Amino acid sequence: MKQSNTIFPKTPTGVDGLDDITGGGLPKGRPTLICGTAGSGKTVLAIQFLIKGITEYNEPGVFISFEESAKDLTQNARSLGFDLERSIAQKKLKIDYIRVERSEIQETGDYDLEGLFIRLDHAIDSIGAKRVVLDTIESLFSGLDNTAILRSEIRRLFQWLREKGVTTIITGERGDTSLTRQGLEEYVSDCVILLDFRVIEQIATRRLRIVKYRGSTHGTNEYPFLIDENGVSVLPITSLKLTHTISTEIISTGLPGLDKLFNGGGYFRGNSTLITGSAGTAKTILASYFALNSCKEKERVLYFSFEESPDRLTRNMLSVGINLKPYIKSKLLLIHSSRPSLHGLEMHLLSLYKYILEFQPHTVIIDPISSLVTIGSNGEVRAMLARLMDMLKMHQISALFTSLTHEQPISFNSLAEEAISSLVDTWIKVRNEEGKGSRIRSLYIEKSRGMGHSNEIRDFIVTNEGIKIMSPDLAMQQGQNGSGRIARFSGNGSKRKL
Amino acid sequence: MIKEENWEFWLYIAGQTPKSILALENITKYSKEYIKAKYTIEVIDLLKSPQLAEVDEIFAIPTLVRKIPKPLRKIIGDLSNKEKVLKGLSIRQL
Repeated sequence: MKQSNTIFPKTPTGVDGLDDITGGGLPKGRPTLICGTAGSGKTVLAIQFLIKGITEYNEPGVFISFEESAKDLTQNARSLGFDLERSIAQKKLKIDYIRVERSEIQETGDYDLEGLFIRLDHAIDSIGAKRVVLDTIESLFSGLDNTAILRSEIRRLFQWLREKGVTTIITGERGDTSLTRQGLEEYVSDCVILLDFRVIEQIATRRLRIVKYRGSTHGTNEYPFLIDENGVSVLPITSLKLTHTISTEIISTGLPGLDKLFNGGGYFRGNSTLITGSAGTAKTILASYFALNSCKEKERVLYFSFEESPDRLTRNMLSVGINLKPYIKSKLLLIHSSRPSLHGLEMHLLSLYKYILEFQPHTVIIDPISSLVTIGSNGEVRAMLARLMDMLKMHQISALFTSLTHEQPISFNSLAEEAISSLVDTWIKVRNEEGKGSRIRSLYIEKSRGMGHSNEIRDFIVTNEGIKIMSPDLAMQQGQNGSGRIARFSGNGSKRKL
Repeated sequence: MIKEENWEFWLYIAGQTPKSILALENITKYSKEYIKAKYTIEVIDLLKSPQLAEVDEIFAIPTLVRKIPKPLRKIIGDLSNKEKVLKGLSIRQL
């Protein structure tokens, strides 16, 4: 009992991920400052807070805009999938545009901002608002000269908002030395969220950090977030909920020889599998087998190819006896190709999401996932992959990722491998080893959660009819015919004996 | 001096505060002194009719709005600086 008294009640923002980081939302009935540079997403986040409040929590909201007219705001919000007009018509939302234009206003003598208070009070009471946004109150400073009055009035305003008991978002532009230009953070002591928009290696990323949250624990990291046609979503790795329904159904890898290496005879449905190997180790072929098998089971497959165009992929696969064309025609298989460098990581995640939600596949293949790594930092990639897998698991989609690794040095794990290997359920490694006179491909299972597996390293060959995985005995023969001089030698020796 | 034109001022206040009373006194005084044409001063108390605040984008109190002649001019504060008010409202060309 005592404990629950000391915890401040919270108002959920309805912004994906943000409520996870804040442990339930913003401080209820108190002001929160959201600051960031121009274009960092402050207004979008604020609009979403109001709209979600209306649509999901039945809390009407007031938007006091100092920068955009109601019309501009409505238009901008529409591009993010929010219909402000409908909420206004339903008397759940009120937008009040306060234009502060220096050229039109003169100041002489003493004044206060009672007009703003009256408008705010009127707007709140007229619709019974529980949520308020002030975007951006610092505009007052650019329109008016008497900063002493403004400062004391803004302080009074925040106090007034607290007494009114409305949960408020105040936006502020990032200053050079302080969080906001006018030091609003001094007045808002309850919760401060910082948005950041930066370009790293020509790719833009957005990040969010909770600078301060009085009386509450909160995530302290910088979290990447994205703005798409559904508004803002924050990608906290902590939202990786481990509560998916788990399937015990086994699905084939598409290769009987590979199936046999798993005690269960394949992957679990809804599992994620990683195939790693250096260039030319037949990762894409293994992935295509899995795709083909799903198609044969009349299950939809979505294949993201970051290196080959759909036509090239199908042609190349045909050369090893995998015919994907009929399934593309029957719309069971969709191959989506794009260049990894085309977008930032967040946009990639977004487009993956979009395609997955549209196509509703049973199986998703990302070939190779290491391409995405080139465009983001380690932590970012990890967060994104975690989020992606979370989403795939929730939808019970079986996933297969390939990842390119470099052969040397052996101790050096590639970024993708490191980022993803702990998240996947099954990890298959393929190798291409140099023998004397030829190269031998081999594969083995590095890990397989929840299922026993063979520890053997199996050699395999790629023929016109596809992959043939050698049984251990056959591999010996292969060794005799092909490369291993020692094997051949001993083989000859044994023959001689016979 | 401004000739044959009617002047119309709206003074926005919120209750009878000293600042508002002073502002009204000041604009009345300046009008009498400097406007030779007809003029009206309308006082709007936002405490009584808050919905009117949106009409002229009022946020500061007191605010004096010159409705006529056009264009619209706004002066906020108690109007204690006479020169600034006269200039701001173009009552007297300096």
